[in-house]
Amino acid sequence: MNRRPTFLLTVLCFGFAFLYVPIVSMMVFSFNSSRLATIWGGFSTKWYGKLLENDQILAAAKLSVEIALISATLSTILGTMAGIALARFRRFRGRMMLSGMVTSPLIMPDVITGISLLIFFIMLKEYTGWPAQRGFTTVTLAHISISLTYVTTVIQSRLSQADLSIEEAAMDLGSRPWQVMKDITLPIIAPAILSGWLLAFTISLDDVVVTSFATGPGTTTLPILIWSKVKLGVTPDINALATIIVAVVAVAVLVTGIAVNRAERRRDRDARLAYQANE
Amino acid sequence: MSGMEDTAAAPATRPRRTGWLSLWFNRRGWADITIATPFLWLVVFFLLPFLIVAAMSFALRTSTSPPFSFGTDGHLLSLQNYARLLTDDLYIRSLATSLMNAAVATVVCLLIGYPMALALTRVSRSARNILLMLVILPFWTSFLLRVYAWIGLFGTNSWFNRGLTAIWNALAPADWALHSIQMMNTNFAVVLVMVYSYLPFMVLPLYANLEKLDLTLNEAAMDLGSRPWRVFLDVTLPLSMPGIIAGGLLVFIPVSGELVIPGLVGNPSQPMIGRVISDEFASAHDWPMASAVAVALLLLLVVPMMLYTHFEAKAQEKKAMEP
Repeated sequence: MNRRPTFLLTVLCFGFAFLYVPIVSMMVFSFNSSRLATIWGGFSTKWYGKLLENDQILAAAKLSVEIALISATLSTILGTMAGIALARFRRFRGRMMLSGMVTSPLIMPDVITGISLLIFFIMLKEYTGWPAQRGFTTVTLAHISISLTYVTTVIQSRLSQADLSIEEAAMDLGSRPWQVMKDITLPIIAPAILSGWLLAFTISLDDVVVTSFATGPGTTTLPILIWSKVKLGVTPDINALATIIVAVVAVAVLVTGIAVNRAERRRDRDARLAYQANE
Repeated sequence: MSGMEDTAAAPATRPRRTGWLSLWFNRRGWADITIATPFLWLVVFFLLPFLIVAAMSFALRTSTSPPFSFGTDGHLLSLQNYARLLTDDLYIRSLATSLMNAAVATVVCLLIGYPMALALTRVSRSARNILLMLVILPFWTSFLLRVYAWIGLFGTNSWFNRGLTAIWNALAPADWALHSIQMMNTNFAVVLVMVYSYLPFMVLPLYANLEKLDLTLNEAAMDLGSRPWRVFLDVTLPLSMPGIIAGGLLVFIPVSGELVIPGLVGNPSQPMIGRVISDEFASAHDWPMASAVAVALLLLLVVPMMLYTHFEAKAQEKKAMEP
């Protein structure tokens, strides 16, 4: 068209280099045999071996995964409900309030969310005696609250794009609203529910700030452990740990991304075929 | 996909126990449950904690447990914390540092993100899907670890620092030659990592906006004799304003309350507001003051945003009224 794309493409390349060079550099240095994390001393995989012997890291990783599994599942259930309520029920009392409460955590800085949950848990203990000690439960509750918003947003936007005519057709054919929901709407948004769950899972697995407020003695999640280690500086074993985490997440995201994409395309094709068959 | 259908069918078996229960459930009960469950959850775990913080900001610190009480200075609601907020240098300076860093990071994100988003709309469709995936991917990988990756680069012995030092020494006069560049624990490092971490939040809304623009407008302007740069200034830029504002807010708001980035690569003697809130709470045990700073920050962030949404809605209305 004109000379501009050359400039744009240069910036694009620069931008991707900016996004990926630090991560790649970190991954490369995880194979560094030198104890000094930033000076290359030859190839080695010894830090990965050391990592597998580190019980503290393994225990923290196990705890993080447990919390992430529970909180992602519960926040997906709650978030799907909220998304359906906001996208499908036009009028109900408290609609404004629900949509406000769903969107405002998005613009709430993590520190404020963390502090308000911590004060809440302390006050709750003061008046009801529960939770006796902050730990697994309080961290899980906090994670559900921060990821709920994201799940709702994903579900809501998927539902607002979905074709209403199928649901209306089922309704016209005499289905009850609840049947329409479970037989048509939920299967349609199944891929969105999956991506919402995945999003909630990674948010939980990754959170430091809110967790640091909601947690108590003895409950050290992986990000909290990494945070305390990283504050002391760069070490090769953290490089190795980071490489594993980044690789696992990247592969998981790519695989589900492709799978969800394919499922949606298949659904679209089936719908098209069904239309054609009826014509 | 059979797993999904199982979960969808499971609740249906529940209400068949009694007649009226199943009737209620089918008619409107399921809808009520769908609305009420997340609603109650959010009231308990979002609204209530936030209201406690808002109320706490009017209390005063005491040596009791929990360490606050209302009405110790004669008024039920004390404004003392807010008065301190305006007079104590610490709060104003940290707020200024935060807003300054956030503003610079947002502008730099825009300067890099805008051409990236525009370039994404100009590449072929198959390449575009892959490149979009590459923009989103860092968002999924650990935030903490992406900040950590930079610590390795900032170190005085790293290839990145030595490379930058070499470039500097080659360009600058000999008197200004450096052994290495101090990057760790500077505001420069904070802003750089902020730009790095939040760039996808700028690129994605901008791309979504630019992708929808009608290219025939560009062609029309071009046919009428505009130069490419003028076409960009007169057509593309004004039309992409909603994307710029959305991306700007998505970067500016979380960045100004950021705790992890300044905590790891920032200068401890120049704290940002997030650090002040958490120190006030954890080290000084002054819950009311921490709450007051939190409320003030939130007002500072949310009010401009609400004004923007308000005017945007007004403009939409006006547009709809026009023939």
